[in-house]
Amino acid sequence: MATHILEVQDLRGYYRGTFGVVHAVDGVSFTVDRGVVMGIAGESGGGKSTLAQLVSGSPPPLLHLEGGTILVDGIDIYSINPEELRTEVKCKRMSYVPQSSMESLNPVKRIRDFIFDVVRQRTGKRIASSEEKAEVLDMAANHMKTLGLDRPVLDRYPHELSGGMKQRVVIAVSTLWNPKLLIIDEPTSALDVTSQKRMIEALLNLKRAGTIESMLYISHDLTSLRQLCGECIIMYAGKIAEIGDMEETIDSPRHPYSRLLTAAIASYDSKGRKMGELKSIAGSPPDLRDPPAGCRFHPRCPYVMDICRTKEPPMFWAGERKGGASCWLLTSQAGQ
Amino acid sequence: MDDTSETGNNGIVLKCEGLTKLYTSGLIRTKTVTGAKDVSFGIKRGEIVSLAGESGSGKSTVARMILRLIKPTSGSITLNGRSIYSYDIREYYRQVQAVFQDPYSAFNPFYTVDHVMERAFGLREGSIDPDEKDKIIQSTLESIGLNPSEVLGRYPHELSGGQMQRMLIGRSLLIGSQLLIADEPTSMIDASTRAGVLNLLLSLKKDKGLSVLFITHDIGQAQYVSERVLVMKQGEVVEQGPVDEVFIRPKHPYTKELLAAVPTLYERWDTCR
Repeated sequence: MATHILEVQDLRGYYRGTFGVVHAVDGVSFTVDRGVVMGIAGESGGGKSTLAQLVSGSPPPLLHLEGGTILVDGIDIYSINPEELRTEVKCKRMSYVPQSSMESLNPVKRIRDFIFDVVRQRTGKRIASSEEKAEVLDMAANHMKTLGLDRPVLDRYPHELSGGMKQRVVIAVSTLWNPKLLIIDEPTSALDVTSQKRMIEALLNLKRAGTIESMLYISHDLTSLRQLCGECIIMYAGKIAEIGDMEETIDSPRHPYSRLLTAAIASYDSKGRKMGELKSIAGSPPDLRDPPAGCRFHPRCPYVMDICRTKEPPMFWAGERKGGASCWLLTSQAGQ
Repeated sequence: MDDTSETGNNGIVLKCEGLTKLYTSGLIRTKTVTGAKDVSFGIKRGEIVSLAGESGSGKSTVARMILRLIKPTSGSITLNGRSIYSYDIREYYRQVQAVFQDPYSAFNPFYTVDHVMERAFGLREGSIDPDEKDKIIQSTLESIGLNPSEVLGRYPHELSGGQMQRMLIGRSLLIGSQLLIADEPTSMIDASTRAGVLNLLLSLKKDKGLSVLFITHDIGQAQYVSERVLVMKQGEVVEQGPVDEVFIRPKHPYTKELLAAVPTLYERWDTCR
C-alpha cells in the first residue's frame, strides 16, 4: 500500500485551442496523506479546478496533460488503460464531484432510478431482480443517511429537492463504492450559509463514518476551508504559492499572496472585535497564455525584489516538509 | 426598534412602512406566496443598511419594490418624504440607482465600457457637450479609485469583476443618485477584489453622503460595511438594529441560528473539530 493516497509530481496541464496555449497548471507537486482533508484555495483562474480535473483522470477535451505524474493509491492513472482506470481507480479509489454537479441529476427520473442508471453504467449490468434493487437502494440510503438525507428522498424528483439536498444526493451517489479519495469542487458556492454549514458537516460525517478516507476540497472560500481542512494549498496562476497546515497558513501565512488573500476577507466576528481595513489585492491575475517571467505573483506583489522578476522561486520548506512557500523572501529563513 | 427619528441633517432618505408583497399564481386555484410581509425600516442620509438573510427570505423582493420594478401589495415607500410613485420615473431613477449581483451581464459585450458610462448621461437634466462628458467620466472614475486609462476604451471581458462592479457604482454617482440599492454586489467577484467594492461604498458614504441598502447573505461583509442591519426570514424582518447589537448579542432565535452557521476565518465550528 502506497503511503500517500494521492501523489502529484511536477504536474503540467495546458489548454490548447485557437486561443493559444493556456498554462493553467504548471509544475505542481504535492501529496495527500491518508485520512487528510486537503483544501485548495486561490482566486478564480488560479488553476484549482483544472488541477482537480487532471487528478480526476478525465480532463475535458481542450485540457491536455503535458507532463508529470499522478499516483492515486499508488496507481499512475495516466499510464494505465482507460478501461482499467474506469474499473479499478474511479469510484473505487477516487471519486470526482465537479462544480455545479447538482445539475447532473436526471430531471425526468426519480432519484432511485437515477441511482440504478449510475450503477448499471458503472458495473455494466442491468439491475433486474428486486433483491438487487433493494440492495443498491439500501446502500444508497445508508450513504444518504450519513449525509443527513432521509430515505424518502429516493422517491423524489430532482425539482422537489433544494440545492443543498441535490448536492448531497450527488455526493451520496459518487461515494457509493466507498472511494478512498473524494475530489470535490466548490460544493458550497451555490448554497446559502445554513445549507453550506450542513454540507460541510455532512462531508465530515462521511469521513468519520469511514465511507471516504481522504478528501481534496476545492473552494475559493477560505472561511469554509478553515472549518473542514487539515492542510491546504494556496494556488496562484497555475502554481502552488503555499502549502501546509490549514491553521498555520491562515494564522501565519508565509507567502505574500496568502497574506494578502486572508487580509482581503471580511470574516464575521461574533465578539465584534474591530476588523482592520480590508485591502484588495491590486491588479489582476496574469494571462496564463503568457505568464510573467520569474515569480508569477511579482507584478502584484508589494514586496517585489529584482530576483523575483527574473528567476522563479523554488519551494522553501519549513521543518520536515510540513509546510512551504515558493517565495524569494524566504531565502534567508531557509538558509539558502 | 425605532431609530428613525430625524436628527439634524441626518434626515431619512428612504422609508418603508408595512411593505408587503404577495405573489399569486394560477387562475382558479390561486396559490399565494408571501414575498415580503410587513417590512418597515428607514435609511438615513449617509448610512449603509444591510439586509441579511438566506436565499428565498425576501431580500431581493424588497429591493425590487424599492426600485419600482414590482408593485407592493400593500404598504408605502417614501423617498425624501414623498411616495416613490409620485415621482416621474426618470426623476426617480436619478435619485435611486442599483447595482446587481452579476456585473458581467450588466454590460453590453458589444460595446466598450465607455458606452455604459455615456448612456448614464441620458438620465441627467439638460444637455452636456461631449468634451464635458469625457471630463466628468474621467473625474468620476478617478474618484472611485480606477485609473481611467486602464478601463476606458476596453471591452467588458477585458476587465475584472471588481473593476466592472466599481464602474457600475461609479455610474450611479455620475447620475448623482443619493440612494444605491446594492443587491449582492460582491457575490460574483473574487474575494481578493471584494474589499475594493466594500471600501468604495464606505468612502462614498463618508465623502458624498451616499445612502446604501446593502443586500447580502455574507454576514462578514454586512458587519464590515454597515451600521444597521435587518435580518429577514421568509419575508419577514425578524430582527433589526445596530450591527454591534444584532451580530454580537442576537435576540431572535433565527438570527442566532444564522450567525452560528457563518464560517469564520479564525475559528473552527465545534462540530468540525
